Formats: sequence, C-alpha cells, structure tokens
Amino acid sequence: MSGLHVRLRQAGPIPLAVAFSAAPGELVALFGPSGSGKSTILRAIAGLYRPRSGRIAVDGTVWFDAGRGRFLPPWQRRVGLVFQSYALFPHLSARGNVMAALGHLPRAARRARAQELLEQVHLAALAERRPAMLSGGEQQRVALARALAREPHVLLLDEPFSAVDRMTRESLYRELAQIRRRLAVPAILVTHDLEEACLLADRLCLLDRGRILQEGPPAEVVARPVSAAAARAVGHRNIFSGRLVRDPGGGAGIAWCTRRLVVDAPPAIPDGAAVDWSIPPHAVEFTSAEAGDATGTVIERLRLGETEIIRLALDPDHATLTVHLPSSEAQEALAPGARVACRFPAAAIHVMLQGDAAGADAGGDGGNGGADETGAWQARSP
Amino acid sequence: MDWSALLLSLKLGALTVAFLLPLGIGIGRLLATRDFPGKDLVEALIALPLILPPTVLGYYLLVAFGRAAPLGVLWQSLFGHPLAFSFEGLLFASLLFNLPFAIQPIQRGFEAIAPDVREAAACCGLRPLAVLARVDLPLAWPSVLTAMVLSFAHTLGEFGVVLMVGGNIPGETRTIAIAIYDRVQAFDNAAAGIMSALLLAIALLTIALSFALGRRLLPPRRP
Repeated sequence: MSGLHVRLRQAGPIPLAVAFSAAPGELVALFGPSGSGKSTILRAIAGLYRPRSGRIAVDGTVWFDAGRGRFLPPWQRRVGLVFQSYALFPHLSARGNVMAALGHLPRAARRARAQELLEQVHLAALAERRPAMLSGGEQQRVALARALAREPHVLLLDEPFSAVDRMTRESLYRELAQIRRRLAVPAILVTHDLEEACLLADRLCLLDRGRILQEGPPAEVVARPVSAAAARAVGHRNIFSGRLVRDPGGGAGIAWCTRRLVVDAPPAIPDGAAVDWSIPPHAVEFTSAEAGDATGTVIERLRLGETEIIRLALDPDHATLTVHLPSSEAQEALAPGARVACRFPAAAIHVMLQGDAAGADAGGDGGNGGADETGAWQARSP
Repeated sequence: MDWSALLLSLKLGALTVAFLLPLGIGIGRLLATRDFPGKDLVEALIALPLILPPTVLGYYLLVAFGRAAPLGVLWQSLFGHPLAFSFEGLLFASLLFNLPFAIQPIQRGFEAIAPDVREAAACCGLRPLAVLARVDLPLAWPSVLTAMVLSFAHTLGEFGVVLMVGGNIPGETRTIAIAIYDRVQAFDNAAAGIMSALLLAIALLTIALSFALGRRLLPPRRP
C-alpha cells in the first residue's frame, strides 16, 4: 500500500469524518474555510494531534491506529511539515535550521547536505543568516528546505504561502512545483486560497465542518460541484433550488418558483428530482421582458475595475441574483430601481442533485455564502 | 566577620541552586507547555512562599521534621539524626522557600517560545529531551540564569525560615544572615556592618544581573 492513507473520525471537540488517500508524487489540497478541520487533519498526520478514532498509514507503515492503540509520536514519523508561521528556530542560522532535521545522517555529512538543500531553494548565499535577518519569503524557503531535509515520506504544507506577498508567493509556487518533480512522496497542502489550490494541486478535497464535500481534479470540482454546499465553497454565486422536469422528447427543464428554465441536465438526475442549480454571474443576459426567464428589480450597481456588478431582486420571491457585465456593455438604464428581464442560457446552468447533506442548507439566497468574493467561478469555469 | 557563616551560606546557596536547576527546568517547562487539571492550584502552591510569613513556613517545616511526622521519622531511621536543626534540614527548607524564585522565571522564559517552534523540532525528528536541549534551553537560557541567580541571592539573605528550622549552630546552621543578627545582639556593630555591606553588594549585583538578562530574552514571536 504505497502512498498516504488517512481515515479520521471523531464527534468533537473538532468534528472530523474524512477518508482520503494521496499517491506518491501526488499533491492533494485540503481546501475549506477556517474551522473546516483542514489544519487539524494535517496535524493528525504529523502526529501533533491525536484524534479519537481513525487510522493513518504511509507506504504500508501504520502511524496511527486508534483501534489498536497505536500512535507514533511526531519524531518517529518521517514527515516534512512547513508551518504557516515558518516556525524556524530563531537562535540558529538558516543552515543550522536545516541541519537540525538531519539527525538521520552521520554528523560529518550534515553540513554539506544542509548546504545542498539550501541551494535547491536558492538560499545558499544566506546560509549563515539567522531567521530574523531573512525576509518572509526567504524564511519560508528555509522552512521548506528543513522540511525536505528529513527525506520525508509525506510532505505537509500548512497554508505555507499565506503570510508572503503576491510576488514572493508566485516564485515560491514555482519552486514548490520544481521540488515536487524531484520528490516522489505524497504531499498535502492546506489552503483557504482556491486559486492556489487549483494552481498547485493534482486533487482537491473540499472540506466543510470536518467532512469532505467533494474531491477530484481541481478544475472538475470548481466547474462541477456536486452540491449547493460544494458550489458555495468554490465560489459559485446564484445558487437556487428547483425540481427537474424531463420532457418525453429528451429535453429537460427546471421548475423554479413559478418559472421554468431549459437546462442540460446530467442523465443521472431522474425526472421530478429536487435539484439545486447555479449560473455564473457573467453568463446571465439582459433581454426584453417577453424573451426573459426571469424578471426583477435592480437593487445595487457597483463598478469593480472593468466589471459592473449588478444585483437584482427577482420576482416574485425577491431572491438575489448577481450579474457581472463588462463595463463597456452596462447601460445607464440598469440603475437601482429599474425593472429588468434576464435570460439564463441553458449551457451555462449547472444542475446538482439535492442530497441529504446538501439539501439541508441549500436555498435560493443568491449564493452569498461563497468563499471567494472575487468570483473564482468566472476565472475557472469553461 | 564570621567566615564560617559566610562559607556555610555559600555552600547552602550553591547546593540549593544545584538541586533547583533541574527541578526548575522540569516543572517550569511542564507548566509552560502543558495544560492539566489543577494547574492553577500547583502554580498557586509554588507561589505561596512569596507571601507566606517565613516564620509560618518555618513552623510547618519544624512540625514536618519532628518525630511525629512521616518525614522526620523516615529521616531519623535513614540517617540516625533528626532533620531539624541540621544542615540537611536547612537545605530542605531552602529548596522549598526558593521554589517560586527558581520556577517562575524559567516558566515565563519557556512560555515566550512559540509552541509551533517546539512542534517543528519534533517534526524534525528531535525527541523531547533533544527539543529541550537544542531549542528550549538555548532560547530561554537568560531566564534559567535569572532563576539561579535569584535563588542563590535569596538563600544568602533568608532569615526567618533559617532561624526557625536551623537555629543558630556555628558551622552547621548559622548562615551569614543569622550571624549578622547574632553580632548585633552582641553589640559587635563593626562585624555586623561588614557582613551587611557584603550582602547588600550581592543583592545589588543580583538585581542588576537579572535585569540585564531580562533584556536579553527574545520577545515572543507572536502575540
């Protein structure tokens, strides 16, 4: 059983109910809001946290098995952990920090190996400096070199890029990508940045309150969330509930309030099923009243760069619909208070079957619970 | 100048520091890094000698050293002489009344180290004792030194407890603080003056040193 296999379950104090694996060389991103349990899962893998029940195995070696009372302490697990706050040893030089993790090598070999690792992260010239004399990005590079020093069987990254500026982050991304190519171990990245997860991960695990909402290739999860909760987590707006209606002719529609929309529904969803559906804000079209799928009143209009963000209260239930228009196309008439009609192109509508978990918190609230306020949907959807 | 009293005080101070160093590091680190039921109570008990009248502490120690108490009985059966009015009894009392001076600075020093630095050390493959030796102590050594200096100086100056449990036996329990009192009672102001000046100098040096060490402590990495 090569790779990392994690199964954790506990009711409290931090609820967890997850099971996932990561193959050698694979980077799995745990993505979710704060409090979703992603850092706790990472700490459990490192041995810094002992969950009530579950099992963690790496390459056939069991690190944790609650049923058998087995729990290896962190110093007996071959993990490389990069902390959000770097957690470097402040009294040691960059090289000293890396050498501290080289206890498995003979004393004489450590210095040269540490220098080699610092070269890999382009810090060889600053090896003598203490952390306080290094920039945030440089400190994070030392932390990465230190995590790799132990020849880890699992690489764990706990929001490693959240404390550095955008430019530094991009160069760290490149370095991580290069290092990953040389390193054939599973890697787990904890992040609350969806863009980062999509950029770096082979697989994305959407976490919410200790559960995995969905997992799969990042592009797939972002474009086709399986539930309203997953859709909200990946930044979908305009999430509504309805009922799927199949025509004898093979077409499909959604009965939604008093309206009926034409959609391309996946064949797996049966006729009459309760569904949630979403439409990206940039796909909504304004049209004349008779050709529209819905009518409503403009309640807010906001310009953000080249995009005009328009919020509508739809008839008759005042559900909120968010529409993004290029500023060049936004007409003066779309001012607050104006009556408008809009059309939802069938190809842009994403239909999700309501499940037991998803159904509970699905609602036509316009998807304001989305994680990413800049509308990650737009950037990622086809 | 009572040289035997000075020597006895220095011996008592050195032995107190030698015993309290490992104890202070062990208990200080435990209190700084762990949460457990009754932790507040333990911390309060350690701080108690700071405010307890020395004669009260001395009285209870005398009771504990006596023939009716388990400690006194055990000591008598092991070593053939009572613990009260002996140097060993004095050392035992000294360890007890110095607990807050030894533990509290070390605890504060360890608390100033961010917990994730210790966790990172464990993930680097360092066992708990190696983390203590290579991370905690190198970062918190000024606090450890402060604790030792304070305990030593405080031992030289302690009067009430020493008089209660040790009495005034030359070469056995007469410390320099007792000797000063003894000289004043005998109207030997010259000797009392010299010894007092010596203790004053040691106290000033101690305070200066512990302030200087306090500034050397690394500030906490995160609020």
